Amino acid sequence: MNEELLYFFYDLGQYLINGITQGSIYALIALGYTMVYGIIKLINFAHGEFYMIGAFVGYYLVISGASLWIAFPAAMLGAGVVAVIIERLVYRPIRHAGRIAALISALGTSLFFQYLGQGTVGADPKTFPPVIEEISYEWGEMMISNIQIIIIITTIVLMLVLRWLVSSTRIGMAMRAVSFNHDAAELMGIDTNKIISFTFFVGAALAGAAGVLVGLYYNTIEPMMGLMPGLKAFVAAVLGGIGIIPGAALGGLVLGIVENLVTGFWASNYRDAIAFGILIIILLIKPTGLMGKNIREKV
Amino acid sequence: MDYLAHLALNAGVFMILALGLNLINGVCGQFSLGHAGFWAVGAYAGAAYSLFAPLPIPDWANLLISCGVGFTAAAIAGLIIGIPCLRLRGDYLAIATLGFGEIIRIMINNMEVLGGSRGLTGIPAWSNLFWIYLFVVLTVLFMINLVRGTHGRAIISIREDEIAADSMGINTFKYKTIAFAIGAGLAGLAGPLFAHAQQFLHPNNFTFIWSVIILLMVILGGLGSISGAIVGALILTALPEVLRFMGETVAQWRMVIYSVMLIALMLLRPEGIFGKRELTLHWLQKLLRDRGVG
Repeated sequence: MNEELLYFFYDLGQYLINGITQGSIYALIALGYTMVYGIIKLINFAHGEFYMIGAFVGYYLVISGASLWIAFPAAMLGAGVVAVIIERLVYRPIRHAGRIAALISALGTSLFFQYLGQGTVGADPKTFPPVIEEISYEWGEMMISNIQIIIIITTIVLMLVLRWLVSSTRIGMAMRAVSFNHDAAELMGIDTNKIISFTFFVGAALAGAAGVLVGLYYNTIEPMMGLMPGLKAFVAAVLGGIGIIPGAALGGLVLGIVENLVTGFWASNYRDAIAFGILIIILLIKPTGLMGKNIREKV
Repeated sequence: MDYLAHLALNAGVFMILALGLNLINGVCGQFSLGHAGFWAVGAYAGAAYSLFAPLPIPDWANLLISCGVGFTAAAIAGLIIGIPCLRLRGDYLAIATLGFGEIIRIMINNMEVLGGSRGLTGIPAWSNLFWIYLFVVLTVLFMINLVRGTHGRAIISIREDEIAADSMGINTFKYKTIAFAIGAGLAGLAGPLFAHAQQFLHPNNFTFIWSVIILLMVILGGLGSISGAIVGALILTALPEVLRFMGETVAQWRMVIYSVMLIALMLLRPEGIFGKRELTLHWLQKLLRDRGVG
């Protein structure tokens, strides 16, 4: 094999590894978007902020001496609890006021947390302590670090747990029922408010987990960190078919890989534009997403 | 005095921006979150004209051409974005326009001709209070005539019920596209007026947050109300300055206060100050009479 081609494959492999890592993070955040959208048809703009909150809960626990085994679940719990409070205070009263009003309150909530973060912990980036010593494994010119492996494995484990939760438990069955038909589920004696709160909790906990993983991976966190990944995870959710849980995982991975391939081989300055480009293409070609089915609108 | 003049300049620019967004979000009932992007297109196109190819004519005439360039460029951008995106509805349209707004900003950030991430400097100071408020008045007159006319009625009917409008024989896609392009064009018109007053442009002037603030102006005043858009722009330009005078802590938390206000507004009075009503002399007289004053 000639040398140029060999290096091309090394590059390709490296971008794929980075893309899968990045994609796992997007997928974890996208799951929350898709679950919340599936159940109350709301684009929760503040979802990226749950990811930021998770990262900061993890950060403060780690610097005060807690081990990662405590900090990681605590971050998930912290993000989940904040989401439940927000759902109760903001989204529940506004649920029947129309979708535009709900969307605008979600925007407001997102801004609230970003600027509250800047006001309390400061706008400057914080260094996430390197709790796990980084070890790189090399193969030819390709490298994969132990942290990347941890991110990918954690994501897979969390997704399997979510799959079990949604498909094999009573509360999961209730979630599917509410998502399928809210009113009918209520008539069958399901406490829909409780189920919606629980959905927010699970979605935000996954985003919180992604926050800590990103802290370990990039070593910096800041109050504005939720904005871009939040928007991109939304793109991932739409890409996979919004409201469909496996779709969010697929969309996240595809987005991470495409983003890394395009920036690696072609236009590194346009990293943040790629996701929106994909969004617009998918909305125009197949608005229901990769795994979605077409449902005709009835008058 | 300089300070007040600067505030008045900004207020005027935001009035035009809010009026444009009001046409898309309020009158036509679509949901655009990319208004700052069109503002950027207009500002950069207008500034590029005055920097690279000004005609040897008086400054005011050049400013008018620059405004025309800004309007046209943004309206064309609105058409390019609107034609594919207006097939989408509600939240999807919001996200798609948000995406386009960000793409526009990232593209400008990478264009070395337009200063890229260093910003565009040396724009001649042609714009002033007179020209800005002249255009505010013209925009208001245009909007009033549009909303009262045949085309405006067609656009309003899309907001009220798109399917019903469609079945009454209104070409909804055509009118949505027209409303979107004109709204974008108005944002583009505000661009050169802003650029020639500031004399400096930077891609970070046009981030997503500005789209949200302009939207907030329109919603605060009342979606669909022309006078509401004006009042909303005025309040939200003045509010940060008022908060600044209320001491260090309040000024520091101003964006938090903004966002809480936004949520509270949605919870307590989602239709804004005016709702869909207009602040007219007739309405004021009626209001005073009802209260037993007039």
